[in-house]
Amino acid sequence: MDSYKLQVQAISKSFPGVLALDGISLTARKGSVLVLCGENGAGKSTLMKIINGVYQPDRGAILIDGKQVHIRNPIQARALGISMIFQELNYIPEMTVEESLFCGRLPVKFGRVDWKTVRAKTLELLAQEHLPYSPTMKMKDLSVSDIQMLEILKAISNDASILIMDEPTSAITDREVERLFQKIAELKARGTAIIYISHKMDEIFRIADDITILRDGRMVDSRPRAELDIDQVIALMVGRKLENNYPKRPIPIGAEALRVDHLDTPGVFHDISFSARAGEIVGFAGLMGAGRTEVMRALFGLDPYGSGQIEIGGKPVVIRSVKDSIAAKLVMMTEDRRRYGLVAVRSISENVTLSSLRRFIFHGWLHKGKEKKVVTDICGRLSVKAPSVNTAVEALSGGNQQKVVLAKWMLNDPDVLIMDEPTRGIDVGAKYEIYKLMGDLAAEGKALVIVSSELPELIGMCDRIYVMCKGEIAGELSRDQFTQEAIMRLATGIEKMAREAS
Amino acid sequence: MSSINRARATWATITRSYSIYLVLIVLLVISSVINPNFFSGTNLSNVTRQISVTTILAFGETILIICGLLDLSSGSVLALSGLLSVACFKATGSMSLAFGVAIAVAMLCNLLSALMVTRFAAPSFIATLAMQEMARGAALLFSKGQNIYQIGEYVKLGQGSLGFMPIPLLFLLGLFGMTWYILKNTCFGRSLYAIGGNQEAAKASGIDVNRTKIMAFLVNGLLVGIAGVLFMSRVNAGLPNGAVNYEFQGLTSSIIGGTSFSGGIGTAGGTVVGAFIVGFLNNIMNLANINSYMQQIARGAIISLAVIYDIWTKNRRTRSLVQSVTK
Repeated sequence: MDSYKLQVQAISKSFPGVLALDGISLTARKGSVLVLCGENGAGKSTLMKIINGVYQPDRGAILIDGKQVHIRNPIQARALGISMIFQELNYIPEMTVEESLFCGRLPVKFGRVDWKTVRAKTLELLAQEHLPYSPTMKMKDLSVSDIQMLEILKAISNDASILIMDEPTSAITDREVERLFQKIAELKARGTAIIYISHKMDEIFRIADDITILRDGRMVDSRPRAELDIDQVIALMVGRKLENNYPKRPIPIGAEALRVDHLDTPGVFHDISFSARAGEIVGFAGLMGAGRTEVMRALFGLDPYGSGQIEIGGKPVVIRSVKDSIAAKLVMMTEDRRRYGLVAVRSISENVTLSSLRRFIFHGWLHKGKEKKVVTDICGRLSVKAPSVNTAVEALSGGNQQKVVLAKWMLNDPDVLIMDEPTRGIDVGAKYEIYKLMGDLAAEGKALVIVSSELPELIGMCDRIYVMCKGEIAGELSRDQFTQEAIMRLATGIEKMAREAS
Repeated sequence: MSSINRARATWATITRSYSIYLVLIVLLVISSVINPNFFSGTNLSNVTRQISVTTILAFGETILIICGLLDLSSGSVLALSGLLSVACFKATGSMSLAFGVAIAVAMLCNLLSALMVTRFAAPSFIATLAMQEMARGAALLFSKGQNIYQIGEYVKLGQGSLGFMPIPLLFLLGLFGMTWYILKNTCFGRSLYAIGGNQEAAKASGIDVNRTKIMAFLVNGLLVGIAGVLFMSRVNAGLPNGAVNYEFQGLTSSIIGGTSFSGGIGTAGGTVVGAFIVGFLNNIMNLANINSYMQQIARGAIISLAVIYDIWTKNRRTRSLVQSVTK
């Protein structure tokens, strides 16, 4: 059919020891959005890298407009009209908008860069797309969403007829998502074939024309959106039916484990008072920058706090360092495990015992046998999938890395466990396992404080939710009051405005 | 996780851990073929005496590099501490006091570098570069630029033997044991790896980053001080201008021994092997009467190779990491 812009036929790719892609076929049509979904490790990125010329397939063919092409490198891919927008945007902070737009293809006249043409073309493009930037603005002064828009602009100015986007909404706000989707609609109208990689079910079903699901390097299904629903897609992705996305179970609530009174750090957060009881899962919702992470970091001793009281297990404590909080049995799984949670080049074992190593030292010697046994036990309990406890954690998938971080803190046997974005960037199956572990830990009588930007997750797992807005606690909701709308009203400050008005 | 990462990770680990031993063995075989005198008692005793000082410096560099630091001052601090130790011995005749002075001076210099790094957040490169200048200047100032000769019994330590074992080699073995023990069996050692691997994560795991860095410098100071005594007693003089550029020999040995300049990776065993490769290579080039300028070029080439190898294995790790995360 002539509307097929890009056809991938029976592509296979193996790396030493593993078949990454096994006979994958897909088609992207002109003026439509193909959503590619699959768990981490399903082969999405490898496939996109093949289409973009980064890898060469072992077998199979790629057809553009019905003609077979060999894409040997990304430059060739660009010449064929393929543009890719990576999940982690690559840009040079000190570059200006115009330099960035024409980076790698600056027009040259008489052996020097023709800046006049650059300026003129940039202004033309910006005006055409109604983007309010000056060509001389520096990239570092733009927001993530702005940079993304510029990337799309760059693709358009390249006459891209095939646009690949790898999880483009992972770092932008809801309003910016709307803007992105509008742009995608415009591109569709121009006849661009779009391949959109995403995990997020709501957006998949909003923008997809067709959905292709990959699992373990195979294509498991590919259908028009209308023929699929969310449960089916999830089931196809994980290969089993998820009975219940959130395995919340009733757990008896015990005594107060954590009490925070009037915690205050000028300019960061103000008058924070909340509590968590043994066996309770308490959520913290809020928009980015509401101060949730900052409060938790202060509680954990990573940042100093100005004033306020903290009681753990009924006893007042002063927390000045992480050591203090560990001693008080309060621990925290920080956000961004790659940055704050893991020593990537070291082994699972070393990472797991990092915060409790003293326990394994006897008469000045590290008891490696005992360390290995304890780590093996806890990894078994959390079902960390790895060849051995000596594997470097950088070789693990996101979900398994997160479990390693959790294992590290479980060894400290905390009474209060703070988890900051515990399921960010991990696949559906691993998320479910983390939720189950939350339940197990609560059942052991630990108090859990969950900071999350995924409202369904908070609503699904928590007993109570505090909502923060602009550095303050805007409200507290009990389970029967949980709705996304109620949380968003508090988080955006609408609720407060309404109350003050009346 | 997929088995590809598994295969790559283990292959990288294996090549990283054992290829270096292979290089040493090959070097020894080639050496004995080129020059039958290589394995003679005199030559071996001679070469181990020479190697000992730089290997001990290399232990210090390894400990620091693992933690994401380095020491550019060890040659100068070695000269200063060795010189003061010789002077102390000439004045008092007490070897233990002479030892104490060397260690105290070297540890003090390292403490100053450590404070620059921890209190003022100076990069260790800069802090120890400053210390390199200061220590050398102090040594020359103290001795008025003159060498100290007739150092008496002091010489026994560097030139003497216990049975068939040269005394510096005994120190080398003892300090190897200490370094190995620190890196393998202590909280301090694990903290070094964690900080060098990811300082933010180490901090968020309750590790006192500054304290660990200060301790790393102090251990380095201990090693440099001992190396200072061994060096001066081997050359049978107090040389304020001695041991110039020895820090680079230490760094070279450490890097060739598989210590990653990006931090978080390195072993005591690897460092010994790296130092022996450098030392034996120098020795065999001398025995083969290779032009000393040529030798310098060869040493530079070896550093390049070691660094290329380090980056190459690191890239391979990063690639497999990227795949495992984004796939």
